[in-house]
Amino acid sequence: MTEAVTPKAEIPADAKPRLPRGVRLTHSEVQGGWVLLAPERIFKADAIAAEILKRCTGEATFAAIVDDLAANFKDPRERIETDVASLLRSLADKRLLEL
Amino acid sequence: MIRADQALTVPLGLLAELTHRCPLGCPYCSNPLSLDAPKDELDAETWARVFREAAALGILQVHLSGGEPASRRDLAEIVTAAHRAGLYSNLITSGVGLTAPRLKELADSGLDHVQVSIQDAQPASADRIAGYEGAFARKQGVAAETVRLGLPLTVNIVVHRANIERIDEMVALALSLGASRVEIAHVQYYGWALKNRAALMPSRAQAMQAVQTVDDLRKAHHGRIVIDSALPDYYARLPKPCMGGWGRRSVNVTPSGKVLPCHAAEIIPGLTFWSVTEHSLADIWRHSPAFNTFRGTDWMAEPCRSCPKQREDFGGCRCQAFLLTGDARATDPVCRLSPLHDEVERIAAIRSYAYAYRRYRPEPAVAPDCQRGLKNP
Repeated sequence: MTEAVTPKAEIPADAKPRLPRGVRLTHSEVQGGWVLLAPERIFKADAIAAEILKRCTGEATFAAIVDDLAANFKDPRERIETDVASLLRSLADKRLLEL
Repeated sequence: MIRADQALTVPLGLLAELTHRCPLGCPYCSNPLSLDAPKDELDAETWARVFREAAALGILQVHLSGGEPASRRDLAEIVTAAHRAGLYSNLITSGVGLTAPRLKELADSGLDHVQVSIQDAQPASADRIAGYEGAFARKQGVAAETVRLGLPLTVNIVVHRANIERIDEMVALALSLGASRVEIAHVQYYGWALKNRAALMPSRAQAMQAVQTVDDLRKAHHGRIVIDSALPDYYARLPKPCMGGWGRRSVNVTPSGKVLPCHAAEIIPGLTFWSVTEHSLADIWRHSPAFNTFRGTDWMAEPCRSCPKQREDFGGCRCQAFLLTGDARATDPVCRLSPLHDEVERIAAIRSYAYAYRRYRPEPAVAPDCQRGLKNP
């Protein structure tokens, strides 16, 4: 049996993801949560995405971000790594994140 | 049915039309034929108040537009005010009138993003469309300077009959300029664009090919440049969810301070627009008669009234419904369910070959057949 599988997003452990100029994570009381502001676009960020994006400072490595999240949340590290990689890859493809 | 008062949402964006002055004369401009005079423009202090009120209302982004916003000498002051209000600021510019030092001043004032329009990939054609000699070269300079300053750059391309065959070349140009995003918008027929409709309209075959080209380019450049597009809606089968629904997500303030649900709304007769000089933005958003007229679904007539898609496309565009049918409550005739849908195809087939350039004092029609057979606004 074959199954269409989205290839797993690979992010180098030493990549230092950061939001480029013109992309900002901000909290809006009135809009009811975290939003990612980008050139003429607005993305709602759920609580998990916001926790990940807050750590994309350009200083922390991908591995350190995953470690930090694993220390703070109870999901298995491997699962967290997969989720973080997939979010970061999709944002990078939209030019909303630099790796 | 959903009544207007039940349909109140929090807006996301503010389109601030700072001025109607513009050095270019693009025939596809969506500004109204009757342009606001410079003496009636809101001052920077009033814009600063509007931005603070917008932020308090929940608005996150301001699009500084016009006309050409760089025509205002106090643009840096206005950008500073947007930044201080906590708004994300987009500058929507032709590039003409922006020098490197001015752009640097705007970047230092907190500007977040620059959108520069290009008219074509071929300089002579681009300048002819813009009605301004040398515009093409100056735009490239502004685009390059934007990237050099580290600001994100969007290249905006309005597509019509004169450039529709060169979408791939224009996207290649955007890439070479260092844009991270390109916006490919087929002309929307309002204001000056409506006046020039017969001179701008591509054929159905061209429009369909263009949609395919954009799709291919998007795949080819995935991860390198974001391609956003607006479809050629005269050839569509379903209407666009115009503005994400009337009075749902967006606010438009004209140079003189009138607040509109969309930039074309003034063409609809009988609507009462309030001004920021007399009301707060929150008051206007909630109570302005113009905003409440087409909120929700209660105003709809058939076939929208019983349509399962009424909450997806909101009946299409109210302005287009009025312009093409004479009734702003009608289904946008772009929709195949509209009894007047075939009329759109007939209008799209009308051709003329001369532009009426957008000017404060319109020049005499260049070609005798320019408007023949067209229903003028």
